[in-house]
Amino acid sequence: MEIFLAIFAMFYQFGDAFAFLVIAAAGLAVIFGMMGIINLAHGEFIMCGAYVTAATARAGLPLPLAILCGALVAGIIGMALERTIIRHLYHRPLESIIATWGISLIATQGVLIVLGSTMSGIGTPFGSVVVGDRSYSVYRFVLMGAAVALLVGLYLLFYRTRFGVIARATIQRPQMARALGVDTRSIYGLTFGLGAALAGLAGGLYAPTMTMVPTMGSAFIVESFVTVVVGGADIFVGAAPAAAILAVIKAAMTAWYGQLFGQIGLLVTVILVIRILPGGLSTWIKHSSK
Amino acid sequence: MSETQLLDVVGLHGGYGSETVLQDVELSIAAGEIVAVIGRNGVGKTTLMRTLAGLLRPRAGTISFGGEDITSLSADKRARRGIGYIPQGRDVFPELTVRENLMVGEVAGTGRSRPDYERIYGYFPILKERARQRAGTLSGGQQQQLAIGRAMIGDPRLMLLDEPSEGIQPSIIKDIARNVRNLNEQTGVAVLLVEQNLDLIVSIADRGFVMEKGRIVATLSSDEITSRDQVRHHLTI
Repeated sequence: MEIFLAIFAMFYQFGDAFAFLVIAAAGLAVIFGMMGIINLAHGEFIMCGAYVTAATARAGLPLPLAILCGALVAGIIGMALERTIIRHLYHRPLESIIATWGISLIATQGVLIVLGSTMSGIGTPFGSVVVGDRSYSVYRFVLMGAAVALLVGLYLLFYRTRFGVIARATIQRPQMARALGVDTRSIYGLTFGLGAALAGLAGGLYAPTMTMVPTMGSAFIVESFVTVVVGGADIFVGAAPAAAILAVIKAAMTAWYGQLFGQIGLLVTVILVIRILPGGLSTWIKHSSK
Repeated sequence: MSETQLLDVVGLHGGYGSETVLQDVELSIAAGEIVAVIGRNGVGKTTLMRTLAGLLRPRAGTISFGGEDITSLSADKRARRGIGYIPQGRDVFPELTVRENLMVGEVAGTGRSRPDYERIYGYFPILKERARQRAGTLSGGQQQQLAIGRAMIGDPRLMLLDEPSEGIQPSIIKDIARNVRNLNEQTGVAVLLVEQNLDLIVSIADRGFVMEKGRIVATLSSDEITSRDQVRHHLTI
């Protein structure tokens, strides 16, 4: 029984870390993997999703719908920014980093000015369960389920729909896709919108667990960038296994030495991966399967 | 500009960046014709094809397709009007399956026709056999058949076929020549063919143009294009 409880606690730690890494990184991974753009405003799309979720939930919308609203609003803003700013910087990676960083600063400061330094949040639903001598938040299990559902949903979108096939073709050979009639601009616009919506979804899903401040997106930034860097350009053979490996490291380090060492473990892993596998896990997995 | 011409190119200048490759190119193709552009390496044949497909912007001149001026249209709009591009080196989507490659080809036909997979599989049975295989793992000849099938699934009125024989063994080249001929006869698709392979040119072209240093310097009638000596002469000047 003792052992079972210890394993359960480890599993919970791992599942919680895995869910956070996957949900936080999905939007960043889609935009980087599909378009090669490093979106430094990722955290602000997350903040946007969280704020919209909190506001609509407090206005009386059921939480799942409020979360969808958060994702939708972030996605629409993402598409608008793609059309006005990002689109002009596709072949200039450095400029796109600076532009998205600028968007990030404007968003954080703008929200601070307009809505103040904090907004009232929403409580975590479902309460908790006690297993052994510890209590566990039920909502954390919901988040674990959401992370798995997110991966399955993205897989179906990119591998089982027309949009997914055309989007993957556009990434592999953009000129050829255009010469076959694909309106690649609108594919890029939709992809960026999808990435922003996924960031909004992350904000919405974690809104009930966090304090609403304009800089809340930064709480996700380290984890999402670490996952994308370790994973490389592919979500499924990159970011997902990276999230699993990082979750094991983070959960183990946190359990033995505490939160701070969990973070240090993540960063050390990134440094090692960059040294050994500069293309990330996905490049390595693809090469060794050929 | 006559009414019956499918493609009409007038005074076309173009190239990459500041380097001009095409000099005052004039040519026209009627519906249902197979026309070859021949000439040595580096005379601008591929540049011409990329400019017609819309991937390179012309510096001057006009391109008309089906009576419409398409000079300023983007590549995707040209494809949807019925120009199917099969580039040199095939450019299949390597990580997509054969079937998925064909699905991308459907886009060009949106609103004009329904994709007819069985017809394409009829010409190229290997594509049905390998439907779930990744295109990057196909042989050169199979990739060439896929590239032609991918363009044909969008039901084009004109095929821009750039060096289909490059790096492919002779038995497969014959097969591809026969299929291009059949597609042309059965669907009425016109073909602009850039080629160096003597047998392929002689066996399928109705007439031809000779290109040299970015200019069209001679035209070959149907009698001349089927004469191996004539064609060989122009390929080696």
